[in-house]
Amino acid sequence: MAAAIYSLFIINKSGGLIFYKDYGSAGRMDTNDSLRLASLWHSMHAISQQLSPVLGCQGIELLEADTFDLHCFQSLTGTKFFVVCEPGTQHMDALLKIIYELYTDYVLKNPFYEMEMPIRCELFDINLIQAIQKDRVALLGR
Amino acid sequence: MIGVGKMKQYTNVLDKPLSKGKQEVSLSAFAFLFSELVQYNQTQVDNIAELERRLEDAGYAVGARVLELLCHRDKVADSLEKGTEHEDEYMISEKELLVNRFISVPKDMGTFNCGAFVAGIVRGVLDSAGFPAVVTAHFVPMEGQQRPRTTILIKFTEEVLRREARLG
Repeated sequence: MAAAIYSLFIINKSGGLIFYKDYGSAGRMDTNDSLRLASLWHSMHAISQQLSPVLGCQGIELLEADTFDLHCFQSLTGTKFFVVCEPGTQHMDALLKIIYELYTDYVLKNPFYEMEMPIRCELFDINLIQAIQKDRVALLGR
Repeated sequence: MIGVGKMKQYTNVLDKPLSKGKQEVSLSAFAFLFSELVQYNQTQVDNIAELERRLEDAGYAVGARVLELLCHRDKVADSLEKGTEHEDEYMISEKELLVNRFISVPKDMGTFNCGAFVAGIVRGVLDSAGFPAVVTAHFVPMEGQQRPRTTILIKFTEEVLRREARLG
């Protein structure tokens, strides 16, 4: 089975990309593209919130395209986590919550991390890989 | 009852501690406090050795008090070894030191280890107990493990060794 998750992005509250990871082999992006995509999504998210006919809308949570699904989770502080995955992949919202938890543990509790800056934490990387692998195993089991 | 397995049962209401609620501190609260301690000290120094020394000093003050409390109640280190190369060296090793649970040291900081704080505690305890020693914290890579373990290296002063030899 091919990798279900293509890539993961974390953007800070002003739309700057602070973390990006590729999981699929197809469609790799260079740094500039990923930065552009991140701020594009940030703006789209804000626009969707304004345009939504639903009262108290929190912005796009899921974008379904022909070739991919994009699941987005925004924390109360405005940090956005989003994964690009295979169409129809399930339980991505749960995975995003897990990633948010890892972020609060291994990034925010790290004294060497500066807020709103790119994430470079070894422990976060290690635990993220484990979380995503676990998710894949769970998918295979289904 | 579920969840009170480890709690002490008091037969008499007068034996109960005054404060209510849990008698333990949340790991998050500790992690944030420790993180702040490191960040604060980082603003006060201009090199890593100095930062390590300051953390150790902070730990020393804790250690001297902890000895009185005999606080090492239920935590046993993963191993205590006697140094093979030197008579006067002892090592305490932990796979994952509590203070390092959430900390990733950036590559440009070299071998800096926040375990310096723990080393300070150990030094404080030993010093107050009459065993002056030099204590340092080191990362030691483990075979087949992604993360290195932390070793607290204790090097007793000569006078301690001489005294111990005399006492047999």
